Amino acid sequence: MASTTRTISLTVNGRPQTAEVEPRKLLVDFLREDLGLVGAHIGCEHGVCGTCTVLLNGASIRSCITFAVQADGAEVSTVEGLAGSGELHPLQDEFSAKQGLQCGYCTPGMLMRACEILAQNPDPAPAEVRSAIASNLCRCTGYQFITEAVLDAAARMRRAKETAS
Amino acid sequence: MTTANRAAAPPVRDHSAKRRWVGRSIRRVEDPKFLRGQGGYIADRITPGTLHAAVLRSPHPHARILGIETSQALAAPGVHTVITGKEAAELCDPMPDFGPDPSKHTWRCLAAEKVRYVGEGVAVVVADSRYLAEDALELIDVSYEPLPAVVDPERALASGAPLVHEALESNCAYERTFDFGDVERDFAEADLIVRDRLRWHRSGGQPLETVGAIADYDPGTGSLTIDTNSLSFTSYLFMVASTLKVPVNKLDIRPVPAGGSFGSKLFATKPAVIAGMCSRATGRKVTYLEDRIDNISNCDHHGSDRIYEVELAVMRDGTIRGIKIDTIDDYGAYIQFGMGHHGNALAQAVGPYTIGSVRYHVRAALTNKNQQGAYRGFGSEVNNWMLEQMVDKAAGELGLDPVTIRRTNFIRKFPHFIPTGNVYDSGNYDEVLDQALVLADYDHWRAEQKRLREQEGRYIGIGLITAQERSVFSATEFWFWFDQPGAPVTSTPESVTLKVDATGGITAILYSCAFWGNSPETMVAQFVAEEFDCDPYDVAIAYQGSRDGLPATGPGGSRTTVMLAGAVEGAAGKIKEKARRAAAHLLEIDPGDLEWADGGYQVKGDPEQRKSLAEIAIALHLFKHSFPAEMESGLDASKVFDHPYTTMPSADRKDLGVFYPFMGHACHIPVVEVDIETGAVTFLHYAAVHDCGTLVNPRSLAGHIVGGTAQGIGTALYEEYVYDDDGQLLSSSYLDYLIPTAVEVPELAIGHVETPSPYTPHGVKGGGEGGRMMAPAAINAAVNDALLPLGVRLTELPMTPERILSALREAEKTG
Repeated sequence: MASTTRTISLTVNGRPQTAEVEPRKLLVDFLREDLGLVGAHIGCEHGVCGTCTVLLNGASIRSCITFAVQADGAEVSTVEGLAGSGELHPLQDEFSAKQGLQCGYCTPGMLMRACEILAQNPDPAPAEVRSAIASNLCRCTGYQFITEAVLDAAARMRRAKETAS
Repeated sequence: MTTANRAAAPPVRDHSAKRRWVGRSIRRVEDPKFLRGQGGYIADRITPGTLHAAVLRSPHPHARILGIETSQALAAPGVHTVITGKEAAELCDPMPDFGPDPSKHTWRCLAAEKVRYVGEGVAVVVADSRYLAEDALELIDVSYEPLPAVVDPERALASGAPLVHEALESNCAYERTFDFGDVERDFAEADLIVRDRLRWHRSGGQPLETVGAIADYDPGTGSLTIDTNSLSFTSYLFMVASTLKVPVNKLDIRPVPAGGSFGSKLFATKPAVIAGMCSRATGRKVTYLEDRIDNISNCDHHGSDRIYEVELAVMRDGTIRGIKIDTIDDYGAYIQFGMGHHGNALAQAVGPYTIGSVRYHVRAALTNKNQQGAYRGFGSEVNNWMLEQMVDKAAGELGLDPVTIRRTNFIRKFPHFIPTGNVYDSGNYDEVLDQALVLADYDHWRAEQKRLREQEGRYIGIGLITAQERSVFSATEFWFWFDQPGAPVTSTPESVTLKVDATGGITAILYSCAFWGNSPETMVAQFVAEEFDCDPYDVAIAYQGSRDGLPATGPGGSRTTVMLAGAVEGAAGKIKEKARRAAAHLLEIDPGDLEWADGGYQVKGDPEQRKSLAEIAIALHLFKHSFPAEMESGLDASKVFDHPYTTMPSADRKDLGVFYPFMGHACHIPVVEVDIETGAVTFLHYAAVHDCGTLVNPRSLAGHIVGGTAQGIGTALYEEYVYDDDGQLLSSSYLDYLIPTAVEVPELAIGHVETPSPYTPHGVKGGGEGGRMMAPAAINAAVNDALLPLGVRLTELPMTPERILSALREAEKTG
């Protein structure tokens, strides 16, 4: 049904955005259709599979069960913000090195979830990684090489931090 | 088995050449775009102005459609058209159908007169957005006359059952008994007949991306272009053109990357037909992309759903002489792929064992469920499970351990023709088993199992299975079921074009091998690099749509890597031959005096005198008149690679011929713990050793082994499309259809054995179906081993906590 629109202002990958949206428009559709950021994918549309995962103020959320208006005033991070057009983020690079992806459909959600995991715990144990990524389904890899990629990226990111400080 | 007129095998190949790129775990060339979130999946390609279609699904398992009122929906905001099933039947012919008797179980893109399962489409709305299309769906009023539904396949075959298709006058779409070898003699001479009834319930591929299409009809030219994530069997797309009533040469179906398939996008053309029909009806670009409920309830790709009654003829020393298989397969409401799933199983019906005779009685039941399609294994994974269950049961009855009975029966001489007529090209089953026992730390776990049972009262089980992974199907398995087949197709080709540009850069064009999460681009890049001594990352890959393409078949039956290897080899050979003649002309020497080395042709014994591929290429592109008259400009070649080893079935069907010759093998050894209070199963260890010939990219194959095993864990323990007795689908979301997460899937210890195929380029065999061929059988064996002290044996998958607890209660009762 036609409905009145609302104005929302938010930051997406560091860039301020203002837009008119229908109140019922899902965040994932807003990102994909209005902003052209197609990295967040639609998988189950009921908040289980996690392929639509983005960060809202640093915390992972399911953008398929979040309305765009709920992101008003927030900072949203998507996979497109990880590397921009530059070099791959260590997580992306390790996913490639370890073949932590096959069809690639869950990958953006997994990467964003992994960002959150490593922000909370830069040195997780393998079981902690498995437990944390159990929020997101992957139908291809069986998770083993994803786990390896996250652990190796964590080690690289720790080394980079030590070198920098 | 008749052996008299067996056609000759292809020549045995020499695999001694040293390989530079084949066999290396290079990073996949496909990955960077996916890592950046720029995969270009079908939904990423919807442009502004595209209309969106949404399908109204039936809430009834079986009902007559009395009428559909669409006027309110048509008047709703943003709606362009509404098409009912009846109208769709005018616009489109029935869907392509390889079933036994398509005119008697007619399948359409939308149901026209009655619905036959919950989720079947009855109407489609086309609107400015998906939101508006779904709004309008709610305004459509369908009046149904509910009919009694039939859900249980055995009931469906009994007399008096409600008919799914009245025209068929029965719910049995196919029945036949085949005898291969001397079954009666083997059973008469057996020391022991081992019997069991086994039940495998339906699950499915459930890729995270559903099936979708974007159709664009051009009224000016009458051409219809459809982009889809399910392009496959390019050679058969003329059938889709026929469904859509457009000339074949006006229909171009183009592949885009798919977010997973696992079989379930194989020739999944219904969304493309719906989008195409809607685009023609509106004259606009239209997308139809299934939502998750569409995909679960209406994808036409549910997996096998079988009941088995099996008998095994066994000698006291453990030798298995023969097997009688009686199976009912619940196909659901339609039967689009016919009996291919059982043809598949017949390719490796006897597993890795020297079993000399097979009786195969199969009945295809039609019921009020979504129909079967393809799911990783295509019926062979079910046969593996059935056979391994029977071998374990025989071992138990004979007092043999699972290793001994398998070694007693292993095939050790190759090539080996099994009773059905198919050939096993090569293998080394002892080596695979040896390596798996080490990797599994088998003796340690046997000791642990005993200790934990005695000291802590825990139920630990070790499963051990040795099973086959046939690869590279030929078309005969779809028609040898019939004495007078409608279409005795003889090849399932795959094509590649290689183009060398003026600078020596190479582009490979693929014709149906859409990227589905497998790695066709990496495989082709590695094969091209092997042929031309270039860097695989310098090879460009392009895809061609169906209209302008060459014959192709696409992923399925673990064929892609082998077939692409053959196509690249053939195209490269043609290019090298021309390059040799060109180089010889440029060097003013006889072509026979040149040899290929380091990316160019050089004079034998004089590496100083050489022309690189780039030097040859620029000359051929630009300086035609420097060459002899018969040499054309440019440097490119195509190869249509036909199935390398198929022989025809005998007229009496006692020998089905060679149809799945490149035989992989694996041994899986999971260690599980069963909690007898809750029925939960957890993994303590898991070892998997696979042999699929020469490895192209070991890491990539390992990914298929782990990923397939994760799906096999789902099949064994969690995943089931559950229909209740009334035909309602109870598992229509991921809250009820349980896909394993990272905590349900253990870390695998993976081993590889490489027994090259004598008949394929580099000796490669297929391995794409990976762990799912093996894991259900292995996990069932492990659970049974754990519960052996309690006298409990699970014979039904998935082994949900409810089924395990109910088996435990049953055993207690019968005590």
